[in-house]
Amino acid sequence: MVINIRKYILVFVLTCFIFITAFSISNFLNDKKLNQLKSIEDKISIDILSLETQFSLFEEIKCSQIGKNALSSELNTLSDKLTYAEEQKGIADDDVITLKKFYSLLQIKDYILMKKIAEKCGDRPRSILYFYSSLSCDDCRKQGYVLTSLREENPGVRVYSFDYDLDVNALKTLISIHKIKELPAVVIDDVTHSGYQDFDGLKKLIPTLIASTTPTTQQK
Amino acid sequence: MDINSLILFIFIFCSLYIQLFLLLTFFEKEDIKNTDIKDFPTVSITVPCFNEATTLAKTVTSLLGLNYPPEKLTIMIVDDGSTDNTLEVARSLESERVKIIHKKNGGKYTALNKAIELSTAEFVGCLDADSEVHPDALRNMIPYFSDPNIKAVTPTMVVHKAKNILQMMQRVEYEIGVFTRWVYGKLNALHVTPGPFSIFRKSIFQEIGYFKHAHNTEDMEIACRIQSHGFKITNCPTALVYTITPNTLKKLHVQRVRWTYGFFRNIIDYKHLFFNPKYGNIALLTLPFGVIAVTAALYIFGNLLYYTGQNIYEHIYRWSIVGIKIHPLSFSFDWFYVNTNMYGVLAITVVTIALFSLLMGRKIATGKMSISMDIVYFLCLYGFIAPVWLGKSVYNVVLAKKTPWR
Repeated sequence: MVINIRKYILVFVLTCFIFITAFSISNFLNDKKLNQLKSIEDKISIDILSLETQFSLFEEIKCSQIGKNALSSELNTLSDKLTYAEEQKGIADDDVITLKKFYSLLQIKDYILMKKIAEKCGDRPRSILYFYSSLSCDDCRKQGYVLTSLREENPGVRVYSFDYDLDVNALKTLISIHKIKELPAVVIDDVTHSGYQDFDGLKKLIPTLIASTTPTTQQK
Repeated sequence: MDINSLILFIFIFCSLYIQLFLLLTFFEKEDIKNTDIKDFPTVSITVPCFNEATTLAKTVTSLLGLNYPPEKLTIMIVDDGSTDNTLEVARSLESERVKIIHKKNGGKYTALNKAIELSTAEFVGCLDADSEVHPDALRNMIPYFSDPNIKAVTPTMVVHKAKNILQMMQRVEYEIGVFTRWVYGKLNALHVTPGPFSIFRKSIFQEIGYFKHAHNTEDMEIACRIQSHGFKITNCPTALVYTITPNTLKKLHVQRVRWTYGFFRNIIDYKHLFFNPKYGNIALLTLPFGVIAVTAALYIFGNLLYYTGQNIYEHIYRWSIVGIKIHPLSFSFDWFYVNTNMYGVLAITVVTIALFSLLMGRKIATGKMSISMDIVYFLCLYGFIAPVWLGKSVYNVVLAKKTPWR
């Protein structure tokens, strides 16, 4: 029987070539996705900077002139996309970690700003801080579901979620301010509640929060 | 890269390799066969039947309609101890050209052997009693025997009258098979001489022996035996045979378990062929990739089941915590959520080549390259149905369970 060894080798080379091409295309598209995430973060960054500047000028403008929608609404989109990127590339991916760090900083800035606006305008801040771990926290998955559901039911409640294990100084400060030791943990009205809070328990903690809320939220 | 990703990576590599190999061979130039036959050789076609009363007449009528000199063609109906009125129907078809043999039930291979023993023709063939032939099929096949090393020529099988979704799905599968068989024929890498209308040089049976039980897949065993003796088997793309495929899931399952079980048992019997370059492309390509294909299909299906199960569990878990919430449907497309990992890109490549193979097969079988709904049925159903019979076959092989014909 005659076999054409050259053909076997040629096909092997061709297959490798297609694999390398697929690898390159995949990398190219994934880079584009990461760039998209970066551009969303840039936009949020500009939004927050703009709001901070607006806030500095606050003495001169009325509370009603700061629309509630002025707070960046892109954080939600970013959160969803980051979650997807994390699922695709894994929690240990360097790009994902960098983006998550930046996202955490943006959330902290947004949270501080929102608090300041609420104080100035005499409103009650409608936000929950949620601390979780992707590495070692059995109840965090449950808590995430409860918070997502709560947010869906009460679109005006802002849920800021933070990965406890991220190496970000500002986040560490926030963790130490709120004395987070056990996960999951939620902070409502500056009071830290450690351990899993079920749906009804959480609702009891935030009766005034969920009253007359407006749809500007985000949750990772 | 974790172990699961690595295994998937290897399977995709192998799939792509075989697809490219076939594609490259497809585009290679082939000597055009001279279809003029100066001296028609004698041919006898066996129709083995066991309880085939309803379809036998059509099969024999199609054989009588072959565009071949009548004095050179004999039809031998072998009633393998049918318990219905098959013999009665056969007798009604008896003529100078149609001989009837009645014997005790012993299985298809015994019916074929009986007819071959009694035949005095130069070439012998078989046509299952659920199939019909195109009038030019035999005339197109005979010229391939001008190469004395070619001992068997296989036809192009087309699904006849696909009535339901299951049969339409099989039609697509057969059309991919048309492409594959043709290319394997060019490579002399065929491992099956299908029951519907494969033609053999009669002398081959004296040289290498007759059909064997071969785990109810005598058509595969004989092909492996021919190949192992260093002879050639080729495919004639213009020899069309129309076959009726199972119309229920149960019948399809039984048929495919028999085929796949037979494949595995025969490759165990012919394991000495594996990766031995002495035996050519069947040893390096057809048999190893056959095993890889079944393993890959089962592994990928297992993965699919695992992740689907995990997803369902996740939903149930979530519902148990926050209750079932129905959200209004919203349709928005964001390319960000399109899977762009390497496997996604490679899967698109593999499916594209498979579609090309299908269209080429369809062109060979029907002369047209059309896209139709049956492709959708195939893509949606086959991946879920096939692993079931593949799994059952492997289970039967591992536990050495007998796999019946029906």
